[in-house]
This record gives sequence, structure tokens and C-alpha cells, in this order.
Amino acid sequence: MTSIVKPRIDKHLRRNQLGLTVRDYEGVMSTLCAGCGHDSVTAAFVQAFHEMNLEPHRAAKVSGIGCSSKTTAYFLGQSSGINSVHGRMPSVATGAAAVNPDLYYIGVSGDGDSLSIGIGQFAHAIRRNLNMLYCIENNGVYGLTKGQFSASADIGTKAKYGEVNEQPPIDPVLLALSLGATFVARGFSGDKKQLVPLMKAALAHKGFALIDIVSPCVTFNDHKGSTKSYAHTYEYYHPVIHADFVPEEAEITAEYQDGGAITVPMHHGGNVTLRKLGRDYDPRDRDQAFHLLRTREGSEVLTGLLYIDETKPDMGDMNRLPDEPLNVMDYSKLCPGSAKLAEVMKGYS
Amino acid sequence: MNAVTGTSARTRVNDFVIKIANVNGTGSASANGLLMKAIFRMGIPVVGKNLFPSNIQGLPTWYEIRVTGDGWTGRSGEVDIMVAMNLESYARDLKDVSPGGVLIYDSTWPRPSLLSRDDVTVLGIPLARMCNENFANARTRVLMKNMAYVGVVAALTGVDMAVIQTLVEEMFGAKPKLIPPNMQAVEMGYNYAKEHFTQPLAFKLEALDKTSDCIMIDGNTAAALGCVYAGASFGAWYPITPSTSLMDGFKSFCEQLRVDPETGKNNYCIIQAEDELSAIGMVIGASWNGARAFTPTSGPGISLMSEFIGFAYYSEVPAVLFDVQRVGPSTGMPTRTQQGDILLAAYASHGDTKHIVLFPANPKECFDFAVEAFDLAERFQTPVFVLSDLDIGMNDWMTPKLEWDDSRRPDRGKVYHAADLEKIEKFYRYLDVDGDGIPYRTIPGEHPKGAYFTRGSGHTKYGGYTEDSAAYQDVLDRILQKWKNAATKVPGPEIVRCGKPTRIAILTVGGCDGAAKEAIARLNAEDDLDIDYLRVRAFPFHPEIENFIANYDTVFVLEQNRDAQLRTLLVTETTARKDQLVSILDYAGMPANPHLIVDRVREHIASQG
Repeated sequence: MTSIVKPRIDKHLRRNQLGLTVRDYEGVMSTLCAGCGHDSVTAAFVQAFHEMNLEPHRAAKVSGIGCSSKTTAYFLGQSSGINSVHGRMPSVATGAAAVNPDLYYIGVSGDGDSLSIGIGQFAHAIRRNLNMLYCIENNGVYGLTKGQFSASADIGTKAKYGEVNEQPPIDPVLLALSLGATFVARGFSGDKKQLVPLMKAALAHKGFALIDIVSPCVTFNDHKGSTKSYAHTYEYYHPVIHADFVPEEAEITAEYQDGGAITVPMHHGGNVTLRKLGRDYDPRDRDQAFHLLRTREGSEVLTGLLYIDETKPDMGDMNRLPDEPLNVMDYSKLCPGSAKLAEVMKGYS
Repeated sequence: MNAVTGTSARTRVNDFVIKIANVNGTGSASANGLLMKAIFRMGIPVVGKNLFPSNIQGLPTWYEIRVTGDGWTGRSGEVDIMVAMNLESYARDLKDVSPGGVLIYDSTWPRPSLLSRDDVTVLGIPLARMCNENFANARTRVLMKNMAYVGVVAALTGVDMAVIQTLVEEMFGAKPKLIPPNMQAVEMGYNYAKEHFTQPLAFKLEALDKTSDCIMIDGNTAAALGCVYAGASFGAWYPITPSTSLMDGFKSFCEQLRVDPETGKNNYCIIQAEDELSAIGMVIGASWNGARAFTPTSGPGISLMSEFIGFAYYSEVPAVLFDVQRVGPSTGMPTRTQQGDILLAAYASHGDTKHIVLFPANPKECFDFAVEAFDLAERFQTPVFVLSDLDIGMNDWMTPKLEWDDSRRPDRGKVYHAADLEKIEKFYRYLDVDGDGIPYRTIPGEHPKGAYFTRGSGHTKYGGYTEDSAAYQDVLDRILQKWKNAATKVPGPEIVRCGKPTRIAILTVGGCDGAAKEAIARLNAEDDLDIDYLRVRAFPFHPEIENFIANYDTVFVLEQNRDAQLRTLLVTETTARKDQLVSILDYAGMPANPHLIVDRVREHIASQG
């Protein structure tokens, strides 16, 4: 089986400022199960990039192994991508971003890839405040190996054939908050209206932007008794903050209710406007974020941009990297030449 | 104190070994280095070996200085002057002295009378007492004891005190206050020895002019310089003995040579990773994005990196890995040397994988091969290993000054840049356009036409995912062809012929070079044996290696591991016959010396009648 190229029918589609339609941001045909949450996330990536008027080839997609990691082939077909080894995407992204900070790095991972085999690399990418959008397509289950629990499975959730999980889950949002992540969000594959603006805000963020996306597995984890099913997620889904990315040139015209809006100016230009939905909550306050998540009621799935800090240095700042990307730096700037070597040699004679 | 007696042997000029036994963490390293450097500055070739424990403080440590006017580069295996500063290892140190040798000890405390030998001259100097009388601070007293024995050895063997003075001034250039006390300690030892030991020793130094074009440098430092000069802009690593000093060196050279004077920004990036898996992942990411990237590590690190190495091999991402080998298996003996990762490096990772491996024998080659490794990695779009070891990497070797040819440009291999992509209709990452097995790659983000998807899963020559048998095999076979083609592009072997017809040869690799050449000379002088020599410098094996082996009935394969890994590789990858290749295995963790080689060759020849 080879990858299937999608037919191009885009005559009547809306064109963005670059004259491109959403088709220009798509990839090859998905090979995931019909109804998979991940395909909705893929569609959200396409929409976010299109709406932000980003050149499709200026992104670099990175992923590990698993159903989620396969999806980097299904969007941004004009971008380069690297589908690496299981749980190790953050390291590949780190090296890539270090030598060329000018691309948009899009990491797609799963709960197995990020919270089990790759939890170490996930944690350290956060510590480095690597400038990337990191999405975990979280379904609580191993899909490609047919239905084992993952580390994000809730206590009491049931597997397809009845087994009950008794180990506590690892919540990537809480983990990221405690490790000092600078952009922490949760979304749901079933709510593109929330997810697309979150992705846009994350792309505008300088530093590590995590979006944990509840993305149900229709084949192995969508039954009664599963806490990561569509039905369960819809029932307990609770958006607390709505994020909108407003580009520099656009005026903020929307009227916000429910306690008004918070505007966060983004390092790369534009603003993120945060609209509170019913709770008195400021996502710039890390303590409030912890408190909110720890005091949620029962199975409540709190979503939105839960924490943002636009002031922290990212990996490039901390390593005093030059403005000119290292990957295109001329050899004359890298090789000190024979005279310098002769000088160095004096110290060893 | 006694005067020197009982040295009936003839005087040996510029040909003896000084071994210093000490306690780890007492600051002896700089004193030992000073002594060796002083002899080197007198124009006399030296070989230095630091034999240290995996410990910060308290365990026994030794430093060996071989004075070799003839310029041998390996250990001799003898100990002529033992400076026994460690009570704990005293008995063993006395035993190690060669007959006719000298033992120097600290006579501040009584020496157990049982521990003496008739064939060794024992000289006592009250080093601790002198230091206690002359220096106030406790730590200073310990440190100065080391400088004092340097003075003793200097007096006994004839080290030029003016040279020592210069070196001490260089050593403490940044802290000139420390020069007088250190010189005082050296002179204290020197004067004591001059006053009390009036009869000359059998071991003497005489100035030569054999080192002026040379430096003393360790292989890790030289490799680090190689990375700087190759234009590597990214390094990721996880600390591990004995490779750590390679990245330390790279960092300090970059701080010196790669910081933009105007902006203060770094024209390099070094990341200390959370583990070796991550370090190689970062290298692959940086390299995929078009930078020259490397990671230094040791055997355990290669084990951890194996999955990613296979990924880079199959998805054809360049990467440079330095494996500074130490004793395995498992944690093994981290501060001892071995060549135990030959097979690991050659075939690292699951599935069919074959790599390019370079084997430097000394710091000069560490520099040269570092530069070469980046060219090969990008030319062949594959991981390249530089397989050094603890002996080469961490010991100071006398080596010709490193030089740079300013006309040299890096070989970045086959890359389509924006202008090239404009000219072609469509770009396919894994298509063999030129028929040499090497496809073109692009820099991600440079041009819309250059976008491609890199994957470790089955892929076609067009870069798409596949589970089709023929399409999969097509790519895998091309990658093998690429590796085979590398055989004539890697450094060829070093061959030294004895100049007479012979059916015997010694073949070796890496740091065994010096010991092997010395053994050949001894077997020629003492046994009248004519032996040719070949040193493998890279894998895949250059065709000259196979041709060479075919000329001999017996090729002794000398290597530092238990399982004859190089021999296995030769049997597998060349037409060499098993019965032709006779192993000499020296895997106890010490740098090779000629004794074992001479003995094994004699034994084998005797057994053949």
C-alpha cells in the first residue's frame, strides 16, 4: 500500500492573503479509521495554517510513532516532515529548531508516545522552552497495537473487552504546568471552533506550546465505560477560556461577555485574546491554573488556554543563538582558519 | 639517607619509564604533567599514560612517563623509576619495578622493612615532613608534596630546572602568586636529592631536538578542534567517561573562536541532553535541517542510541558519532581502555544496517578523521562513527602540530538548493538520479519544491510510505550500494613493509599502532623475523586490505577485545581465510605494550614447528 494523493478540486474555495486555499495546506489521504478524532485535528491544523496566511513550506512537522504520529503526513504536504522513532520526537525537534529557528515546528504525538516511552524527552523539551507547537492527540489507548491502556487512562475506565484500569493517569497539562511550560492548553477534537484558535495562538507563542487534545479512538476506546469516548467527553466537556488569535493588522472588534477579555501581546506579533467562560479565572496566573485543575468536579474535562506566559526566554535565547540560522551560516564564519589554529597550537607545545 | 648503590647496569640515556603512584584527588595530575612536559621541552620524545580509577578521591592512581629518545609511541611495559607516594599500593608498586630499577618513597614515616627488593634501589625522601615545615595550609602541603617529587626526579635524571621554571610560570600565568611556592617545592625536592644522592642513577636525560614540530595533546581535544574546523555548528551530548572532555573541548574552543565579536552571539549550539537517546535525536534533527552536527559518547551511549542510528541509516540523515571506547561489557571499567565496540559500531541497530567507521590511532588522526567524518556523513548521507578509545582520547600524546589548509572546503554532498529546485520539475528525496546510489537532499523550508517526508518506515524511492516488497527492496539495496562505494572514499590502511620477502604480517587498528610497530622491530632484532604491517583505518574495508592479507600465510590480528571483533569483521567482509588470521588479544584495559605481542608471535611460530 502506498500513500494516496488527494484529488484537487478547489475552484470555489476561499483564498487567503497568499492566494491559497485549504487544499494547499492538506497532505496525503489519511489511513486512520473512519471517525478517528485525529482526522479532525488534522483538519484543524489545515484551517489554522490557512487562516494565519502562513507559507505552507515554512513549517516543519515532527512526530514519533503511533496513530497520532502518522498524521503529520496528512496535512501540510508542502512542508517537510520527519516521522522519527517512538517517543523521541522532542529531541529531533530540539536539534532542528536549534539550527533553524525560523520555521514553525509542529509536533504531533500521542499519549503513549509522550506519556510513556517519551515522557523524559517531553519533560526536557518543556524545560528548554523549545519554540514549537506540541500536540498530544490523547485517546487513553494504544491503537496500533489494538487497545492496551495508555498512561493517560483514567482510574476506573474500561477497556474494550472489560478490563478496568486501576493506575492513576498522567495528566500532560498538570505535568507541563509543574515543569514550567509557557503555554498550556487542552482541546477536544470534536470542537474545532475552540481548537483552531488555540492552534493559532500556540503558533504565535514564543516557546513551548502544549495542546493536549482529547481525541477519541473510535475503534478501541469509544465504548460505554470509557472516559475518553466521544459520548463521555461531550457530556463532561467544559470550556473555561476561549482564546482568539488576532493578527497585528486586525482591530479587536468582537464584544466579549462573561467577565470581559484579557489581551496578551505575542512575541511574534499580534495578540491573543482570552475570553472567560463563566468562571473568574486568569490564565496568566500559574497558581490559579493548578487550583482550577485540582478542584475540577469529577470527570469534568476543562478546556481552553489554561496558562500562558509570553515573557520567558526560549531555547534560542538561553543558548545565545545568532539571528542568522546556523544551518545556512557560511563556512567562513564557522572555520577559524590556519592562523588561529597555529595560535591554538602554541598552548600545546 | 643512603647514597645510591647497587646500580650496576649500564646507564640508559633517554630510554626509561618513570611511574608515579599516588592517591586520586591529591592534585598530582598537574605535577605529573609538568614533569612530562619538561622532558618534552628538552626535545626528548615522551609517552604519557594516566592510569586512573573511576573515583573522585581516595583510590590509587598512576601516571606513567616513558622517555623514548627513539620516538616509540606505545607503552614499554617496564617501570624503571617508581615514585611510590601511595602507601596503599606500595607493595604492588614495588613489585612492578623492573630489575635494576629505582623506587622513591616518602620517608617521613617508616617503610615496612619486609617490603624491599635486592634488585631495586630504594631512595627515601622526607617529602611530607619538608612540606609540613615549609607550608602552612593543609591542602597546600598535600599539593606541594607532588611538586617536591618532581624536583627529586628532576635532580636524579637531569631535567633542566630552567625548563621547569618556564613551565611553572606558564601554568600559573593567571595566578602569579602561586609561582614562588610551587618553585620552592620543586627546588626543595631537587636540592634534597642533589645533597643526599651523590652517585648518578642509571637513567639519564640528555637534551635532543626531536620535539620542536610536535605538540602534546589528547585525542578528545584534537577531535574537538576537528569539529570546529569541519564547521560543525551543533553538538548534543550526555556526559560519559571517557568522552566528556571532547565536548568540554568543543565548548571552550567555540567560546574562544566562534562567538561573534559584534553581537556576542554564539555561532554554535551545544545542548546537554537528558540522555544519549536524546543526544542522537538532536543531532539527527539538526543534521536533517542542514547543519553539521555531532555527538561524543562511549559504548553505553552507542547501545542507547542504536534505534536512532538505524533510523538515520534508513532515512539517510547524516550524523557524526564519536565513540571513545572504554572497557565493557555493561558499565565495565569506565576509566580503562578497550576496543570493544568495533562490531557494535559496524552494524549498530536492528535490521540490516552497515555503517562507515573511522579508526584514528592518535590525536593527529582524531583531528583529521573528525573533519573527514563530516564530509563522509554528508557525502553518503549516513551516520559515521569515529572510534577512538580512552587511551587515545584522554592521554596526552606527542603528535605533529595540527595544521589547516585554508583552501579546504567541506564536502556537503548532494544538496538541491533553491536555485537547483527551480530548474527541476519535481523533487524526489530517494531517487537515484545520478546512478551512484546517492540521492539529493534539500534544506527543509528553503523552497516549496524541496519539501519531503522523512520516515523510518518502509518507503519508496519517491519518498512515499510503502509496504510493497519490490519498492522496499529497491531502496534498501541502493543504500547498501552506497555503503559499498564508500570503501574507496574512506581513509585507506597504513601499510609498512619490512622490505624483505615474508609470509608473516601483523594487522591492527587504532591505538595498538605504537606497540605493534615496536614489537615488529624487536622481533626483527631479537628473532630475525621479517614482518609486514597493516593498520586498518576505516570500515567498509578499503580493497587494499583484502589484497594485503592475500599475500601472507599468517596475519596476526592484534586488537583490544576478548572476542576478536576486528578479525570477525575481516572474515565476514573480506575474502580472508579464518586459518590465516591469528588473533592477539590484549583486553585487560591497559594501553597495549609490545611484550604480549612478541610473546604471542613467538608462541605461534614455535607451535607451527
